[in-house]
Amino acid sequence: MEERLTISKIKEGTVIDHINSGKALLVLKILGIDKNSKETVSMAMNVESKKMGKKDIVKVEGKFINEDQLNRIALIAPSATINIIKNYEIKRKFKVKIPKKVEGILKCPNKNCITNTEREPVKTSFSIYKVDNEIFAKCLYCGKKLSELEDHLE
Amino acid sequence: MSRFKHLISIDDLTKEDIDYLLSKADSFLPIAEEKRKLKILEGKILANLFFEPSTRTRMSFETAMRRLGGDVINMTSQEASIVKGETLADTIRVVSKYVDVIVIRHNLEGAARFAAENSDVPIINAGDGAGQHPTQTLLDLYTLKRESKLDGVKIALVGDLKYSRTVHSLVKALMLYKAKIYLVCPDSLMLPEELLEEVRAERVEIEDAISEVDALYVTRIQKERFPDEEEYKKVAGSYTITSSLLENAKEDLIIMHPLPRVDEIAVEVDNSKHAIYFKQAFYGVPVRMAILSEVIEWKRD
Repeated sequence: MEERLTISKIKEGTVIDHINSGKALLVLKILGIDKNSKETVSMAMNVESKKMGKKDIVKVEGKFINEDQLNRIALIAPSATINIIKNYEIKRKFKVKIPKKVEGILKCPNKNCITNTEREPVKTSFSIYKVDNEIFAKCLYCGKKLSELEDHLE
Repeated sequence: MSRFKHLISIDDLTKEDIDYLLSKADSFLPIAEEKRKLKILEGKILANLFFEPSTRTRMSFETAMRRLGGDVINMTSQEASIVKGETLADTIRVVSKYVDVIVIRHNLEGAARFAAENSDVPIINAGDGAGQHPTQTLLDLYTLKRESKLDGVKIALVGDLKYSRTVHSLVKALMLYKAKIYLVCPDSLMLPEELLEEVRAERVEIEDAISEVDALYVTRIQKERFPDEEEYKKVAGSYTITSSLLENAKEDLIIMHPLPRVDEIAVEVDNSKHAIYFKQAFYGVPVRMAILSEVIEWKRD
């Protein structure tokens, strides 16, 4: 009910629900939505939620975001759910899955890592793993381990 | 068929891979000892790409390749600075067209893995920054196997455990052999947090451990790690291996060191039966022969 009060339904597109509160802006960043984007985007932060206490919601009108991209959201919002909307109806609903590996999303904080050289044709690459509900990443080049992944988004 | 194409990190190898390589090294040991030549890699060329100087490692690889009948070309760190304008990716793409195997030493972590992605031929990591140096780890394991034991070995790691990459890869490999690991170091040079999470080890004073252990693995404490000379001398002095310390040692204790040594092992120890470090350096030859014959074989399959 609360959702409906905050943002209206969309006709076609993607709704990302159950985002940990405060992370909606980061979700937009991961999806590559910025000031140049043409899509209609609505966002709600700190919406009351029975399950989560407070949550954020993002709705992107007219854009079907691919599953691979959506799974990246799991890095910062592991409980997010995705609704693919067509003609005001939910066509598909699923939970994000933590990807085993991400390329070019996280930046390695190790200054001496090959991925931080300017001219080499190299993309960052991290394996992702979970320990006690917390998500960690390990640089596949230098072995550096990261927690607090949101601080390391490219 | 080869078990792997590249050798980038000891973490990429299983215990079975390691055991296999060490027993393969055994079969090359007589060739290296008798300074003979086995012509199994005749016509093959190895390129040493050293972006950072390391004479010992480079010569050890060169010896291993020549003992197997192969040829070697070198790019030194001075030459590397001349081609600095070129990316590592391009250098590798070019050189991998010339040769059958590339040995790389680089100042950046992950450089060897990146090189492997751009290479048509096997890449062997001879040290990348503070990262990995798997051939050193293999020769350390081989030394333990030959001169002491690997399974369940009691080993004390002494000195700089924070910055020493040989120590970092060695402890992980030792876990595979259920070694009992003792750490002997000043607070400021303790094993990094990330490794302590993975490794079972006990921190001790060297005087307490010396009668217990089968092996001492001594590393150099570097001056640059300390704020001033005084502090360095004080700390370094308290981790020096001397004859009097060894009085309480087990009869068959071995002392290892990745070399070069400065004064963390007193010269008086060199002639004791415990001193294995020069032999350890020699074991680099049969171990690298095993690695080279393994990865180059890959190409023929």
